[in-house]
Amino acid sequence: MPVSKEQLEEIALSRKEYNLIVQKMGREPTEVELGLFGSLWSEHCGYKHSKALLKLFPNKGKYVLVKPGEENAGVIDIGDGQVVGFKMESHNHPSYIEPYQGAATGVGGIVRDIFTMGLRPIALMNSLRFGPLSQPHNRYLFGGVVGGIGGYGNCLGIADVGGEIYFDDCYTGNPLVNAFCLGTGKAGELVKGRASGEGNLIMLVGSDTGRDGLHGASGLASRTFEEVRELRSAVQVGNPFMEKLLIEACLELAKTDWIVGMQDCGAAGLTSATVEAADKGGSGLDIDVQKVPRREKGMTAYEVMLSESQERMIVIVKKGYEGKVRALFDHWELHSDIIGTVTSDRMVTIRDGGQVVAHAPVETLNTPPVYRFRPKRPAWLDDLQSLNLSKIKDIPSRQAGKILLKLLATPNICSKHKVYRQYDHQVGDNSVVLPGSDAAVIRIQETPKAISMVCDGNGRYCYVNPFLGGVIAVAEAARNTACSGARPMAITNCLNFGNPDKNDVYYQLQECIKGMSQACKKLKTPVISGNVSLYNETRGVAIFPTPVVGMVGLIKNVEHHCTSAFKNSGDIVFLLGNPGDDAGLGSSEYLELIHSKVEGSQQIDLETEKQVQDCVIKAIERGLLNSAHDCSDGGLAVALAESCIQGGIGFSGNLNAKGRLDTALFGESQSRIIVSVSPGAARRLESLAFRFNVPVTRLGIVGGRQFSLKGHIDLPVSELHQAWWNGL
Amino acid sequence: MKFGIVVFPGTWSDRDCYYSISNILGQKAAYIWHKDTDLSGFDCIVLPGGFSYGDYLRTGAIARFSPVMEAVADYSQKGRPVIGICNGFQVLCEAHLLPGVLRQNDHLQYRCQWTYLKTINTSTLFTSKCKQDRVLKIPISHYEGRYYADDDTLKELEDTSRVVFRYATPEGQVTGEANPNGSLNSIAGIINKQGNVLGMMPHPERSCEDILGSTDGNLIWESIIASI
Repeated sequence: MPVSKEQLEEIALSRKEYNLIVQKMGREPTEVELGLFGSLWSEHCGYKHSKALLKLFPNKGKYVLVKPGEENAGVIDIGDGQVVGFKMESHNHPSYIEPYQGAATGVGGIVRDIFTMGLRPIALMNSLRFGPLSQPHNRYLFGGVVGGIGGYGNCLGIADVGGEIYFDDCYTGNPLVNAFCLGTGKAGELVKGRASGEGNLIMLVGSDTGRDGLHGASGLASRTFEEVRELRSAVQVGNPFMEKLLIEACLELAKTDWIVGMQDCGAAGLTSATVEAADKGGSGLDIDVQKVPRREKGMTAYEVMLSESQERMIVIVKKGYEGKVRALFDHWELHSDIIGTVTSDRMVTIRDGGQVVAHAPVETLNTPPVYRFRPKRPAWLDDLQSLNLSKIKDIPSRQAGKILLKLLATPNICSKHKVYRQYDHQVGDNSVVLPGSDAAVIRIQETPKAISMVCDGNGRYCYVNPFLGGVIAVAEAARNTACSGARPMAITNCLNFGNPDKNDVYYQLQECIKGMSQACKKLKTPVISGNVSLYNETRGVAIFPTPVVGMVGLIKNVEHHCTSAFKNSGDIVFLLGNPGDDAGLGSSEYLELIHSKVEGSQQIDLETEKQVQDCVIKAIERGLLNSAHDCSDGGLAVALAESCIQGGIGFSGNLNAKGRLDTALFGESQSRIIVSVSPGAARRLESLAFRFNVPVTRLGIVGGRQFSLKGHIDLPVSELHQAWWNGL
Repeated sequence: MKFGIVVFPGTWSDRDCYYSISNILGQKAAYIWHKDTDLSGFDCIVLPGGFSYGDYLRTGAIARFSPVMEAVADYSQKGRPVIGICNGFQVLCEAHLLPGVLRQNDHLQYRCQWTYLKTINTSTLFTSKCKQDRVLKIPISHYEGRYYADDDTLKELEDTSRVVFRYATPEGQVTGEANPNGSLNSIAGIINKQGNVLGMMPHPERSCEDILGSTDGNLIWESIIASI
């Protein structure tokens, strides 16, 4: 039966793609088969627009154990038989439609990706973006998303240790909700997401299957925003209690030799879980949907296969061990049902009782077309990238303090404690550096090691200069990691972009990926996992291209970690890196907040960046530094003020501003870190910096209760604190 | 001595309690699944924090019906020590082993932060190592932590020195601002009449090591150990 236009629209497949399916199958697909194709060939599952570009990312490295695409999350080796797996994933569209549940199930999904592999999830982060909070709907989305992340994550007992939150007009109606999870385990105990061994059993564990989340992957994640408003039913509802039971049960199961694989039911539910597992295992499978326990009566085979009901896992059980596996799940008071078997014919056979409703080759299902474009550089970038400072008045000294207070209070810079105090960031007894510093630090129990992690991205930089924005996203994440004393090891990412069918958007995607790849190569941080979220548009206007980087680093000895807060009166403050120039004003927070302009490209030199980072890491490892803080949003003045606020102590120093005062105070020139050292260590720091070829400038001294930059700013730290603390 | 750590479906501080008791304090510890009822062999029972049964009903309201809770009641009637932390405190109140109830925080938000506790009664078996003027830095993490009891109960608690901890400033002043959830009389922890059942919202198992920011939780564990 020829398929209708409406049917194809529902699953977001093009007529051309449909014809390709017919050609490969040698016949028209059945309704269920078409549903399977719609999901697996969606952008969300199949990466058909981005796959060609994603290949640019470096993904090899001596630590890398599991590369992108191989399993649910990437894994790195941290030595002594210990491994760390992590991944970040977007839940933008669902969070827009139903902020609480959208964000909650985003957390649920990323956590499942980790424990599916036999890794215990120990840390969460999230990267959020909204429109300005002055608009009530944005505030509603913000409140709902934060509530959902807390409501779900807190119930699981996984520390939510940080992340980032930004606000910009372009995210009004297009919020970004990217969730990160990290887990730890032992090298030999990783569980694979594969189905193999003819006759082995496919067991479905956890929640019953309902109609919630139908077309989540194909419908929600692969369309633009105005189309999704009607799709509330495509958002799932989370049950964190069920997830907590699944974590404990699955981790217990992972230690047995009763199973060959485990896979969570995420986007596209049973469809992607089973087909991907069969593909990885080089096998086929035979499933009877009648055996799937359901929440509601009258569900069709199509609905059962495409449901995205949460908190469900597929376990591939070795034949003969089903009794043991079932007893384990019974103990945790979880349902478990055998819904099919592994076959060797490389076919997916779906039955509805006695009737075969789908019978298609695994490989065809799991091999969506890959699209390549040759995008042209949009002409409007030229204007955007030039920064005409003759039209921007420098600030007089007497206004510097006022502008500093304004920057500290702006939602993009101010304290986010109103958000993170709603998340349990200490459960697990591992949290060494809590949210609010440059990077979170989590110790690895019973070892001297610690893991540092951070989320970073700057949509404005990428909008103005997609390539350099991509470079800086990685460089800044690595710099934050370095400021905690960790050596950057690897990254995950979420690529949040508009509609890739548009030439400009595809260009942004391509350039960002190229830029990120270049930085990853230079900084030796391979990409080990990630996710792509396209179609982030409302009324034809795309969001800023917003790649978000989740960086993980290793601290060999947790005693030698560092935070951004100034510590002791009398400590000397230095700037590591070049003092910066007027390019630092480009696309800066200052330029937008004070002059309402988004223009001018930042600049970065990766060689310098690497040297600065290596220098700061070495200095922390040697115990020289009392604080280290990345100089980023809001520039030098904001970074110094933040170190004062967090340390509850003052600073006095000089500013050798030869050129523009706003450049010196608020320019965001890259590759700069503010550090403080005890007077006795100053010489050693200077000689270390010399050895790393890093310029070092003495800025002033820690102490007192005033924040003073001679001749420009003299304010009590309490006043800075008040502005910063109450910004949200 | 051996601590028994009760695990309900949804409990998560069990692992932190186990880690602190065994790795930091060097004592024996074992988990007790909520369906088990044999508590012989344990010198102290810990009801840890978490979201038992997802806290989908009133917190602790389902967990109190778990088989282990009858055993815990018997155990406590023999005068043996029971400590309920966070969700464990809520369960103890629901089980009527402690008076009062923990309501939603007055600001209607989850709250995870360091709190500073003034030890009001230092002569209990849980606080013998605490000094009256020494403020304890121990974090909270809860949505339902606002202690509430009727006037008579509250008066009885106060008159009989059964309020063990109050939220205070780092300097030890009991003020409204230092109260993170709106608890009556800034109550952070109370004890039963017999003095062998303690309920507290803050998490002592999270403050047993310098690297985590505080070792003050050890004072509570060490007090228990010293009492056995």
